[in-house]
Amino acid sequence: MRIPPRYTQRAAMTVLGGATFLTLVILVFIIVFVFEKGLPVISFNFLFSNSEDMGRAGGIFPTLIGSLLLPLLAIIIATPLGICTSVYLTEYTRESRMTRVIRFGTDCLAGIPSIIFGLFGFIFFVTTLGMGWSILSGGLTLAFMILPTIIRTSEEAIKAVPTSYRQVSYSLGATRWQTVKKVILPNALPGILTGVMLGIGRSIGETAAVIFTAGSSLRLPGSIFDSTRTMAVHFYILAREGISSENAYGTAATLIIAVLLVNLTAYWLMHLFISKRS
Amino acid sequence: MKLIGEKGVQRILSFTAFSALTALMLIALFIINEGLPFIFKYGIINFLSSSDWRPQSGMFGIFPMVMATLWVTFGAMVIGAPLGVAGAVFLSEFVPRPVMRIIKPIIELLAAIPSVVYGFIGVMVLAPFIRSYMGGAGLSVLAGSIILGIMILPTIISISIDSIMAVPQSYREGSLALGATTWQTTHMVTIRAAKSGIIASIILAIGRAIGETMAVIMVAGNSVKIPHSVLDSVRTLTANIALEMSYATGLHRQALFATGVVLFVVIIILNSIASLAIRKKIAKK
Repeated sequence: MRIPPRYTQRAAMTVLGGATFLTLVILVFIIVFVFEKGLPVISFNFLFSNSEDMGRAGGIFPTLIGSLLLPLLAIIIATPLGICTSVYLTEYTRESRMTRVIRFGTDCLAGIPSIIFGLFGFIFFVTTLGMGWSILSGGLTLAFMILPTIIRTSEEAIKAVPTSYRQVSYSLGATRWQTVKKVILPNALPGILTGVMLGIGRSIGETAAVIFTAGSSLRLPGSIFDSTRTMAVHFYILAREGISSENAYGTAATLIIAVLLVNLTAYWLMHLFISKRS
Repeated sequence: MKLIGEKGVQRILSFTAFSALTALMLIALFIINEGLPFIFKYGIINFLSSSDWRPQSGMFGIFPMVMATLWVTFGAMVIGAPLGVAGAVFLSEFVPRPVMRIIKPIIELLAAIPSVVYGFIGVMVLAPFIRSYMGGAGLSVLAGSIILGIMILPTIISISIDSIMAVPQSYREGSLALGATTWQTTHMVTIRAAKSGIIASIILAIGRAIGETMAVIMVAGNSVKIPHSVLDSVRTLTANIALEMSYATGLHRQALFATGVVLFVVIIILNSIASLAIRKKIAKK
């Protein structure tokens, strides 16, 4: 039996449209649900006062600092490495077996689950290198984790710089490094920053890799050798151990606001980059 | 850069270019170094197929956790893959491009929501719902599958849209010119041409589902037993590592690292297949 194409077309529209609609509804639901319960909890006091009684009372200031310092350290380490890698891949070599191996390694690193990063960070930075549970161990582990994101987006951004820019620079007698430094990197900057922002976003939301490397101390860190607790870890502990659902909602809402802000900045930068190109 | 010179810069760059590869090697080396001696001592067959996980009495069989991971991942695929592929097809073929360009980033934002938040939604909304309408404790294979199914949607939708968009416009025009409807064109021409990319997106999503930890710990219940129904409470491989790592010592800790080795190998294999599928598609162009 053949169903007339008119009907299959209409059925497909309905089913596929329904699936898309469902996906969007789920997204909106998650954000609205957390905001509805969490936003009323957020206040100046909640954000900027110390936690008391394991987070049952008081604010989330120490975790705010933790969520600021860890991603910061991670991008300070990963950004130069990522940019250098992408510059080398795009400007200094042709496609060869070696670049394919490097790209494959980058892809694999991107797919490794965060719990494996946590295990590695624990055995390498915390134990073997003797850094203990600290901001340094956590930041280094996160740097490993976001490196592929930065490499890939920087590579895309550098590739998008028109060849004519390079030709003009070379024809003026500039060396390769001068061309990279004065022409390519400034033009690719918004695209590169997009990758950095995405990396920050991923670091802020990370839990499994952080809890085993930076620990979960609720005290304000005095140096990068101190343990810290990020918002994501704090939220996990509050929710899982049933310490305070009110503060858990508040922390979750703050966490989502932070992640959304960072990601929207990333999209804005990408938009800036694309509109500058065309 | 007079100080270092052109050659120096090139040397530094060629050195840093291996950063990601070095990171990957270091991770592999340290996880394997910690886990492999245990696997040799305990026996890989014994480790994977024994159902007794009793660290206090020196019994380390991860079979229940392997089964839990398989069930939850399979469930996530049953829920996430059709929904994701359908969404990708709809957004790239049935909706005007400008609308798609607005909705795609919004869906990609789903990926930015921290996994603990997904887990929390699972505990607060999904588990009570399952408990009251389907029975059981609520925290179960089903809850884990649904939450993971949602979490992998952005991966599937984003990569599938990219690969569907990469199908040359002339293919569609040819089909439409023959009088086919949009749906006929989509399922007879476009989806077939974009097949390898769509499959790659699903394989990457499987990798993500297997590796997800925090959300699964919160919603799957964490009992060490082989599941018999979707309402059973289970503990996945990743959950087992995260739950016991904080207090494990000696042989117990090595066993957790050995679990990490198993995960690592599975993920690398999955990613290799996915990246081959994507590469092959590009090579064909």
